[in-house]
Amino acid sequence: MLIPVAGHPHPRGVALSRQQQPNPSAAPVQKLRLRYAKRGRLRFTSHRDIARTFERALRRAGVPMAYSQGFNPHPKVSWVGAAPTGVASEAEYVEVSVVDPVDPEALRTALDAVLPPGLDVLEVVQSAGGALPERIEASAWRVELPGVSPEELTEAVAALMASESVQVERLTKDGKKIVDVRPAIVSAEVGAPADAHSSDAGHDARDLSQPCGILMTVVRQTTPTVRPDDVLSALRVVADLVPPVPAKATRMAQGRLDDEGGLVDPLALDRAAEV
Amino acid sequence: MPVGTPVTLVDVSVESVFPALEPLLPRVSKPVQYVGGELNATVKDWDAAAVRWALMYPDAYEVGLPNQGVMILYEVLNEQPDVLAERTYAVWPDLERLMREHGVPQFTVDSHRPVGAFDLLGVSFATELGYTNLLNALDLAGIPIHAADRTDDHPIVVAGGHAAFNPEPISPFVDAAVLGDGEEAVLEITDLVRAWKAEGRPGGRDEILTRLAETGGVYVPRFYDVEYLPDGRIQRVVPNRERVPYRVFKRTTMDLDAWPYPKQPLVPLAESVHERMSVEIFRGCTRGCRFCQAGMITRPVRERSIEGIGAMVQRGLEATGFEEVGLLSLSSADHSEIAEITKGLADRYEGTNTSLSLPSTRVDAFNIDLANELSRNGRRSGLTFAPEGGSERLRRVINKMVSEDDLIRTVSAAFSAGWRQVKLYFMCGLPTETDDDVLQIAEMAKNVIRAGREVSGRKDIRCTISIGGFVPKPHTPFQWAAQCDPDTVDDRLKKLRDAVNSDRALGRNIGMRYHDGKPSLIEGLLSRGDRRIGRVIERVWREGGRFDGWSEHFSYDRWVRAAEAELTPLGVDLAWFTTREREELEVLPWDHLDSGLDKEWLWADWQDALDEREQDDCRWTPCFDCGVCPAMGTDIEVGPTGRTLLPISPVGKGSPVRNPTLTKG
Repeated sequence: MLIPVAGHPHPRGVALSRQQQPNPSAAPVQKLRLRYAKRGRLRFTSHRDIARTFERALRRAGVPMAYSQGFNPHPKVSWVGAAPTGVASEAEYVEVSVVDPVDPEALRTALDAVLPPGLDVLEVVQSAGGALPERIEASAWRVELPGVSPEELTEAVAALMASESVQVERLTKDGKKIVDVRPAIVSAEVGAPADAHSSDAGHDARDLSQPCGILMTVVRQTTPTVRPDDVLSALRVVADLVPPVPAKATRMAQGRLDDEGGLVDPLALDRAAEV
Repeated sequence: MPVGTPVTLVDVSVESVFPALEPLLPRVSKPVQYVGGELNATVKDWDAAAVRWALMYPDAYEVGLPNQGVMILYEVLNEQPDVLAERTYAVWPDLERLMREHGVPQFTVDSHRPVGAFDLLGVSFATELGYTNLLNALDLAGIPIHAADRTDDHPIVVAGGHAAFNPEPISPFVDAAVLGDGEEAVLEITDLVRAWKAEGRPGGRDEILTRLAETGGVYVPRFYDVEYLPDGRIQRVVPNRERVPYRVFKRTTMDLDAWPYPKQPLVPLAESVHERMSVEIFRGCTRGCRFCQAGMITRPVRERSIEGIGAMVQRGLEATGFEEVGLLSLSSADHSEIAEITKGLADRYEGTNTSLSLPSTRVDAFNIDLANELSRNGRRSGLTFAPEGGSERLRRVINKMVSEDDLIRTVSAAFSAGWRQVKLYFMCGLPTETDDDVLQIAEMAKNVIRAGREVSGRKDIRCTISIGGFVPKPHTPFQWAAQCDPDTVDDRLKKLRDAVNSDRALGRNIGMRYHDGKPSLIEGLLSRGDRRIGRVIERVWREGGRFDGWSEHFSYDRWVRAAEAELTPLGVDLAWFTTREREELEVLPWDHLDSGLDKEWLWADWQDALDEREQDDCRWTPCFDCGVCPAMGTDIEVGPTGRTLLPISPVGKGSPVRNPTLTKG
């Protein structure tokens, strides 16, 4: 799914009939693909918050951005999916177009330096063509459930995977909606205790005295989207599992599913073309 | 919701409350507003600070964060090596409920420290409708809402902002108020508090408040007694101790170039009401619009120089990444070098998608060259003007001397240069106003559409008229006026709506935005109220009043009920404070608070208003003796300097910043 640049509160598209087009922008010469993480308290940002923050960071870093034409030009930035508000991620993707060629690693360093801690640029590659969204069909999620014991969680996950269909209710802006979660779930298992320290640990204050079950699950990107919240709802439906405090979910990876149920790095092709 | 039951602090230390707050955040709307982490926010070591300020804007984060006043004080204070300042905002009812349930106190967004642990709590009131939010924040912080109940362990609560020019309605709740510019005042207060703490806090709270009061620039309400006449009017206001002056003076920062703040404007992660960077290009206004409290209390005019503005814009763009720069003031096109400033900035940022905006512009100071410079390098914002009064007669009463011809000429030029839309601001309920004055707003809007269609040859011209209720404010010539009652305002707005719609061919291109007159009446009660209004505010808050500036939270009936319950026993009422015209010699609740304006001049200007006589601007005509400059030892500070902005070479492509390290080498 390609989301057009969000984050412009002002209405657009007024009065395009002047004799000449204003703000002629140079043509893009290069497209870059970025993987970034959303960590710690930054997980409470919405996609629109991130889009605004990102565009401002690009300007502060002095990135020679390509802009659209017209009275309300916007920088050419394309977002690929977006983790929901409240969910952390180690694998978010965005593409930017520039009017002067830039060095991907220099861009990564410069952009990361001006983004707030917790919004971290992990990798930048030059696009080798093709459509990035087509290289993404599933996400791997890691969900921390403080106060839920690994045993309790193991039982619930087994019940979930044994079911062919699990209907959950979801609140949307159009009211309540019933979604079958089970077909989207490729795999689900309980993470080893060694996984109990997430990459988020440095950002969060956590109570280590209580048990914490870790759910590792790979979920296909379907319509309607099945989010980590929905997987937790499914655990409630099949096993009455209700976490005593809000769970913390992190997207660990995105990509196409390979034959073993793993995910193929969506930037692999671009990286291969660079060398 | 149990208000008034203080939040129990499990521990009075200054540990971050974030671990307790975080589990609540997934359960509230827009949690990002509570996490802090804004670009250019400052986090300092608590233990290393000698004086600690919590700064509050008593409204939602999205409104409070862009507030220039708070941003300036935050940076000025944090620049001091031994001073720490953090920010706090009003929390929405969904989080408030959870905070009360889980014992989480009011916190700062910078380090999530409890507000009750700071030495001072500075609250900036741009509007009186934030008063209930002050009470709620104090209560959530575990600070007694009544100043009289506070001990040496509680922060000193200081009010500032324009509403602090009459702090009497909130005098039971604040320890002190500062009138006027805050940059220098906060540092002086800090010095006094630092010294008092270093001495071991001799004399406790009473002594530090006395030391603040005796400077003559900090008002401490508890040191003044108000005596009333049998009919409810004030007899006199007198100090009740020796070291305290009879009058308290406003503060004026004269050299704006010496105070180039904010240098590092805050950029929120969350969306806010102003998605741009602002540079204040001058302070004060002497146009003399009689309804305008800001113009009266911020005199004299002090311009920032063209070079000072240029430096702030560049530094701010580098620090924020904003795509729009607002050139802020009370009437931005009146800067003596506005043409050179806008051209110079547009030249500098050619090709970087950086647009400029002038949030307040007068029709008579505006021209199309200016408009073109503003949109040259970026987005084209709409055109907005504020004739304020519908008829020429009414505009003479309010001294807003812009003619309809000026307006039509300006919008015609804009429409022929490609603009399609104009917004016009008016007020309803002005002194001497009749139905006919208001109905002429419709005629003006129709004439704008006619002119636009004619010069552009197009049908898709739009004009939006936006109408606010007039509220008489302290320290203005209208401080004696009777406020118009809400029924009359509503009736006039309905007639105006009908007049706009009477001609469908024109009316369908005219949008109309307004609120009913009720919130204005309550704003009027709070604006011109005295100490007796404190009880009304408290009752409204106890009955659930919050966020009174938001129509979905404001309850007129709750205010009316509270006013009736609290004021009737005192022999006064809501109408007495609002729709009653005052006489020349009545002691007004704010007479002992000196804005520099001579009360006799204000009265004479009020009489001129009633006689429909206009008053010139002292920037271009001789002084008319409003009293401010001699009383405050100030003078107008305006250009032109004759200097220009030198180009910055080179700026980046597609960004105002150039970064050579990015290019492939």
